[in-house]
Amino acid sequence: MKQKNNHNDKTTRNIVKNTTQGLIHQNAPYTIIAILFGFLVGGIFLWSAGFSPVEAYAKLFSSVFSRPKYLIWSVIYATPLVFTGLSVAFSYKMGVFNIGAEGQFVVGSLAALCVGILVDAPPVLHVILCMLAAAAAGMLWSFVVAVLRVRFGINEVLSFIMFNWIAFYLSNYVINTEIIHKVGGGEASKDIRESARILLPQSVQNIFKSDKANYGILLAIIAAVAIWFILTKTTLGYRVQAVGLNPHASKYGGINSNKTMYIAMSLSGALAALGGAVQLMGNSMRISQFAGQEGFGFQGITVALIASSHPIGCIFAGLFYGAMKYGGSKLNLIDAPTEIVDIIMGTIVLFIAISHIFRYLVTRRLKNKEDK
Amino acid sequence: MEKTSHIDPNVVAVQMTDIVKKFGNFVANDHINLTVYKGEVHAILGENGAGKSTLMNILYGLYKPTSGSISIFGSPVHIENPRHAIELGIGMVHQHFMLVEPFTVTENIILGMEPTKGMTVDIKKARRKVLELSERYGMHVDPDAKIEDISVGMQQRVEILKVLYRGANILILDEPTASLTPQEIEELINIIHNLTADGKTVLLITHKLKEIKASADRCTIIRQGKYINTVDVEAVSEHDLASMMVGRDVQFVVDKKPIKPGEVIIDIQDLHARDYRGVEVLKGLNLQVRRGEIVGLAGVDGNGQTELVEILTGLRKGESGKVIIGGKDLFNADAHTLFDNGVSSIPADRQKHGLVLEYSVAYNLVLQNYEKPPFSKRGILKKDAIYKHAAELIGKFDIRGAEGGTKEVGKLSGGNQQKVIIAREVTNDKDLLIAVNPTRGLDVGAIEFVHRYIVEQRNKNKAVLLVSFELDEIMSLSDRIEVIYSGNIVGSVPGDQADEKVLGLMMAGGTKNETKEQS
Amino acid sequence: MEELIKNLGLVINATLIATPPLLYAALGSTFSERSGVVNIGIEGMMTIGAFVGAAVAHFTSNAWLAFLCGGLVGALFGLIHAIACISFGADQTISGTAINFLAPGVAIFVCKSLFEQSSNTPPLDTVQKLPKLFNGVFEVGSFWNNVLNTYVATYLAFIAVAVVWFIFYKTRFGMHLRAVGEHPKACETQGINVFRTRYIAVIASGFLAGLGGAYVTLCTVSQFRPEVIVGQGFIAIAAVIFGKFTPHGAMAACLLFGLCNGLKVLLGSGNIISPNLISMIPYVVTIITLVLFVGKSRVPAASGKPYLKQK
Repeated sequence: MKQKNNHNDKTTRNIVKNTTQGLIHQNAPYTIIAILFGFLVGGIFLWSAGFSPVEAYAKLFSSVFSRPKYLIWSVIYATPLVFTGLSVAFSYKMGVFNIGAEGQFVVGSLAALCVGILVDAPPVLHVILCMLAAAAAGMLWSFVVAVLRVRFGINEVLSFIMFNWIAFYLSNYVINTEIIHKVGGGEASKDIRESARILLPQSVQNIFKSDKANYGILLAIIAAVAIWFILTKTTLGYRVQAVGLNPHASKYGGINSNKTMYIAMSLSGALAALGGAVQLMGNSMRISQFAGQEGFGFQGITVALIASSHPIGCIFAGLFYGAMKYGGSKLNLIDAPTEIVDIIMGTIVLFIAISHIFRYLVTRRLKNKEDK
Repeated sequence: MEKTSHIDPNVVAVQMTDIVKKFGNFVANDHINLTVYKGEVHAILGENGAGKSTLMNILYGLYKPTSGSISIFGSPVHIENPRHAIELGIGMVHQHFMLVEPFTVTENIILGMEPTKGMTVDIKKARRKVLELSERYGMHVDPDAKIEDISVGMQQRVEILKVLYRGANILILDEPTASLTPQEIEELINIIHNLTADGKTVLLITHKLKEIKASADRCTIIRQGKYINTVDVEAVSEHDLASMMVGRDVQFVVDKKPIKPGEVIIDIQDLHARDYRGVEVLKGLNLQVRRGEIVGLAGVDGNGQTELVEILTGLRKGESGKVIIGGKDLFNADAHTLFDNGVSSIPADRQKHGLVLEYSVAYNLVLQNYEKPPFSKRGILKKDAIYKHAAELIGKFDIRGAEGGTKEVGKLSGGNQQKVIIAREVTNDKDLLIAVNPTRGLDVGAIEFVHRYIVEQRNKNKAVLLVSFELDEIMSLSDRIEVIYSGNIVGSVPGDQADEKVLGLMMAGGTKNETKEQS
Repeated sequence: MEELIKNLGLVINATLIATPPLLYAALGSTFSERSGVVNIGIEGMMTIGAFVGAAVAHFTSNAWLAFLCGGLVGALFGLIHAIACISFGADQTISGTAINFLAPGVAIFVCKSLFEQSSNTPPLDTVQKLPKLFNGVFEVGSFWNNVLNTYVATYLAFIAVAVVWFIFYKTRFGMHLRAVGEHPKACETQGINVFRTRYIAVIASGFLAGLGGAYVTLCTVSQFRPEVIVGQGFIAIAAVIFGKFTPHGAMAACLLFGLCNGLKVLLGSGNIISPNLISMIPYVVTIITLVLFVGKSRVPAASGKPYLKQK
């Protein structure tokens, strides 16, 4: 018995060591460099537009950290991004790039809206129903794309993009139908019923000094932990990652990659959709008619990339992006364009995309040294 | 067939002197000399890994020799790259064609050297030149047909026209008859004839004795990187050529107690299969493996072994035939089903098919079984059980560097990676074990280890199908040797009566009867 | 009868206004796709092309210069995409997504810097916009005026189709371009510089996308607003796939999708059919077509795979 325990400790320690080594040696340095580059490029833009980058970044920082209320807002902004980040990250583990998170988010939001307006139910049950509706909508939205890929060989990036836009116009269409549309004009839907909202109780809101403080972030954290659990502890996780890492060996080992794809893509769709539901139920309360895509899905791609597709990392990357979005929205107080955040984030994504060639070169150089 | 020689013995087209090529510590070419006369058809004969492809790649500028010199038509040259080789008049027709499928024959031939009329490509002029060339050498092509619509034989002619269009005087053909029908092979030999009649020089990389006899003037034999001999093809028999190709001392002796083989575990009947181009690669193959025996499948790469194994492991679909295992016909069954019915394999490409390199050793050890108890329960992985299993196997099979099973398998040495696969498959203990090139890239110690376990499986009354390009290995391990050539089994020899010369002959397309006649 | 002709004229007019941005972008996309590089950043390139077009026209009142500048800035972002994907082997979809963040971000950022924090440019006078052909020749509101009196840039778009067709199928470069998208290794062994060919193709795709964006602000809308492109870049990509990656196919698809946009404008506030449903049509149609004609839409064989050079 004692020997068995020792064996376990050794392997647990090794696992921890290997995981940290994995995280540290492989992706983190490049991600940090990418982030620094992002800020550098942003700084160049700010400077050429006549702003002091130091002043702007200071304002960005203080807009987030100087008051607890601001931190809460950053968290509120971050919540949907954690979900869409998880969606993209999980999908990526299987080798599928979920660029359809945008559309899945929208249909999730839409489904939650409909249940939130039309259904009359007691508070907790109502929330659960909305989330289930959202998850189902998201699952359907990505399951169809999976079918198109498996059965018809249609490239999923293309299908996802088409479905993103179909979702976008579907949302605008549904908003304008009579039962959903806001009474008395305006370009939006009715608000969802009180029972469907996930706001924190009034007393807690008073402490946080924010009327939109919601427990969505808790749901996001639960989701992240659940995905982490699936990936590291379940047979589904074993399958998903095996297919993503080596589809040939997976086939040889008897893994059915089609079935795995259906399950994994549906799950991804559900995650992005839940992001939409949580955004609706915790923050916006209604869906407006949009002139352009909101971008939560695409921002989720950034989150997943910064987190190197690690589920727990998505929480932190989501918080980072949420803080950037919120802080960025305050930049217009010093007359600096909020779009600087898009520029910074776009640069980060670009640099992370390029970075893998550096990693390849570095590891090859190290390996050559080893061989000699 | 009448064969006239067009050799001009006064002009040496290609002279390669004392060529040495090393890849790290591995010597691929060991002081090889080659003299080829103008107008000659010169065959380069050798087994897999003998070094013939390396030598020709050096001539074509894909590799630089470690030492040695090359002269083309008397002028010493350093061939920098294929472009340079083309400028020198050397053209290579690769075994795997490089053709743009939706383009026409003409477009493929002129690609990169298109004639222009003003701003546009002068297709008419190109077409004319293509027809001219094809008529001159008797190569029938349809200049306007798309590559995806034409036969493999015509595709090869397009590849040859590509090099002729660029003014090649020395043509290197790499295993040209690999995917041709007998009819197409005859046509090719005619074309080669016409080329030399026009003063071109042809080098033929091949392992097929019949074609050497039918088309070549002289033949250089290379074995294990070393130059063996250059002979006048007329003056030697197929048997002689085969001898020179394989003859060497058998290196490995394995202790094998005699066992009487039991029931038939797998019965393959009349198996037909095609490759992605629609070319038949298995032409009605029959093979059986019984309990308690190691059947060695001998053959040069490219004769259908790969496709056969892929069908048996569920990675490829065959066209027709029966694969009877345990009384059930499992033709075209998937990997999972085959595994459950008693087929496991040590794949040829361990990193591509056998392992998930980024997964730990422990995870790889349960690749086929992670969903079954004790490794998981109701969808949750039981890590304790997985690591316990790993620890056992690491100890038993002496897998080094695995760190209790947690180390990423990609970080292990080749030999230890193979040990992981062997450990897994031996433990899976299926009735049939298919081992494909199981000792490729391994050092002597690891080879011995692998052989020991293969024999142990057989001693435990399991069936083993050993597919290998190493004749030594086949000869030392097999109870029965079957030779595969061009998609069929062409001969069967009991293990203890194996003679490498006879085997070599069969592997290169000759038959046992011939041997008897000649001796 | 007269009513019918009048309406037909209006429909054609609306189509001819809606098609060119899609068409320019789609032609650009065919360059990139045929060379084997997936470019979903077309949307972002159009957006910044639209902004630069409007801004340059505002400052210089030279619409053609503005049009060209729109193309050039698109080409610049095409270059960024090319460097990331071709020289650095980045995932092409991720790079394209990054450009869809970066390009509009830069566009609005610069807009706010130049135009007092407004994310719209000031509206352009007719003088500052691109000219129409046959202006003043026909009676306003007549059929022929509606059909023929459209922007010169519209005619140019259709001429561009012919030019691109000529380049693809009649010139050396076009042959190399198409070959590189199918079998880059074969091209390399026959002496074609795969990298260089792809660079040119991707930069050209950015240039044309930029022109498409500039058309919108210099002809249709007369002003840059952040949502001025909304999805047209993606419709252009859909048109290319729908049109089987050929310039003439893309043209047909763009006309069809342009017709949808045109109908949307015409049917006004959505009393008959919701404009949102009409907007969905191009996307739904593309998916259905792909399903029905499985395997017949021939994607360039080397599409999406970075080319790794041999040592």
